[in-house]
Amino acid sequence: MSSLIAILGLSDITGQVLTDAIALGATYALMAVGIGLVFGVLRLVNFAYGQLVMAGAYTLALTSDWRIAYSIVACFAVVIGLSLAMERAVFRPLRNSSPAVMLVTTFAIAFLLQSIALLKFGTLGEPATALAPLAQPVTLLGVDVRKVTIIAVASAAVALTLLVLLLGRTRIGLQMRAAAADFATARMLGVRANSVILFAVVVSGALAAVVAIILTVTNPLVTPTFALRETIIVLVGVVVGGINRLASATLGGFAIGFATGLFGGILPTDKSVFLPSFVFALVIVVLVLRPAGLFSRPGDAGVERV
Amino acid sequence: MRRTLDALVVLAAPCVLVIATALLATTLSEANEIYALNAIVGVSIVVGLYVFVGNSGVVSFGHVSFVAVGAFSAGLMSIPVESKTGVLPDVYPFLRDTTYSNIVTLLIAAAAGGVFALVVGVPLMRLNGLAAGIATFAVLEITHNVLRNWTKIGPGPTTLSLVPETTGLRQATAGALIVIVIAWAYQRSRPGRLLRATSMDPAAAQAVGVNVHRQRLWAFALSGALCGFAGGLLVHFIGSMTTEEVYLELTFLSLAMLVIGGATSLWGAVVGALVVSGIDSFLIQAEESIDVVGRTLDLPEGTRLVALGVLMALALILRPSGLTGGREVRLPRRIRST
Repeated sequence: MSSLIAILGLSDITGQVLTDAIALGATYALMAVGIGLVFGVLRLVNFAYGQLVMAGAYTLALTSDWRIAYSIVACFAVVIGLSLAMERAVFRPLRNSSPAVMLVTTFAIAFLLQSIALLKFGTLGEPATALAPLAQPVTLLGVDVRKVTIIAVASAAVALTLLVLLLGRTRIGLQMRAAAADFATARMLGVRANSVILFAVVVSGALAAVVAIILTVTNPLVTPTFALRETIIVLVGVVVGGINRLASATLGGFAIGFATGLFGGILPTDKSVFLPSFVFALVIVVLVLRPAGLFSRPGDAGVERV
Repeated sequence: MRRTLDALVVLAAPCVLVIATALLATTLSEANEIYALNAIVGVSIVVGLYVFVGNSGVVSFGHVSFVAVGAFSAGLMSIPVESKTGVLPDVYPFLRDTTYSNIVTLLIAAAAGGVFALVVGVPLMRLNGLAAGIATFAVLEITHNVLRNWTKIGPGPTTLSLVPETTGLRQATAGALIVIVIAWAYQRSRPGRLLRATSMDPAAAQAVGVNVHRQRLWAFALSGALCGFAGGLLVHFIGSMTTEEVYLELTFLSLAMLVIGGATSLWGAVVGALVVSGIDSFLIQAEESIDVVGRTLDLPEGTRLVALGVLMALALILRPSGLTGGREVRLPRRIRST
């Protein structure tokens, strides 16, 4: 048993690695919620979600010399504004298109926003230093924990709690759940499509802003491909977890973030080169066995497999 | 008679378009001929992708992995033995000590792409919708990861170089025409029609006895072989390549070409590939300043990608079924009725 632990490198798991993995999982969970919310009401997977995060990160970088509070407000404003613009200009005309067209279009929007950033700011990157102090560690129960780790976990916990309350206790939350279950029927019963969609888009944008803040602390150099890799991984996690329900999508996002953080932390670089292959092979196995997602309920499946 | 004529028009129109592009290229300077060549090789890739995506209605993000496998196997097998030991010191001896001619390596590329697609298709073709999209994307990631790091089967993170540049205008055109003819023959065949039926209504198709999994698998393997072949053409065209050239950007570009043209028709695939390549080449030139109708156009570096993104987004939002509406070319009614 102990030799197995040694082979797997599990003995290298320190408190540091573990807390970092949890923080990464929490950040990815936030992105998963942002993607899952929009998917719930629009049946649209937003590939361009990472570019919302990137826009927020650039806002933070360019307002580095402002007071921190203003800088954060600007970040939220830009990301939510961009999110709304995306809804109006892209999602709305596509509402009745085929899933393939939706996928490729949000792909194109992601590519477009990234190219705009490249044209405007170049490849070198802008440093976002205003929040850098958050990267410093504090000692908690004998473990060095970076402040941002605590913020990531805390903001994920707060955001998820608020969301559960919102979806469970408010009128708009009820309408959103109804829309996610069956949009056509919900509309017939008096749910206003536009207000529900708008609400989902705003909340999803706000979550992207939070993610931008967290990611700029761990990775202060903002480039046009900022958050691109993360978005791809989260999308995979969301589908593997089960995109049809928000809870399973969130859990999928957390799981893939946690696993990435853990393996990235314990495996030496020369051994981890083929790690992506194993992870994605695992993704295929999970999808073939449970096409509706790992955390889906029995009964969610059906149309996903022939 | 009329139906045969209609079918021949469906085949002839894309062929004529490709040949016209090739003829246009012969009138251009050598520097500009490259753009036309690139566009024609692009046609092969997009039509290969179309054979699966267009007929089955399932989006695949994994087809560029078949292009990659084709390109690297064709490239590897055509580098002369005497230079291989220098550029690829680590590869397995049986790969290092053999070299085949241009045509043979293209066939190897097609076989490699087809077999690879068949193998991964067995589990993958059970999936629908988003799960299929993510699973095919996973194939792309795995292929890229392995090709990039396993130096016994290829160049790894370095550039595969010294590949004989045998894809000239004639070979590119011939290759594209072969791919178009195969795609046309497949969509007219019984398996092709059965697959079309499954994309219209999977439940109804299953109810009348179509085996969805099997039909999709055949199309996936065929389209993998065509993409592998196209990869072979690509590597023989550019002469040296890294794994990054057959990864995310090409995946995005080939899918965008297909959807912009109109994903459900062969005509759409060809039009999309040529139109997008044409615009792209124009923008590349415009970044280096060109004369357009008497005025000099000089765009700043990076405008090309933004303009391309805007055009793609606009095309997709304004014409979701593609420039061709996803329909094949048809003769005007007047001629057809005679």
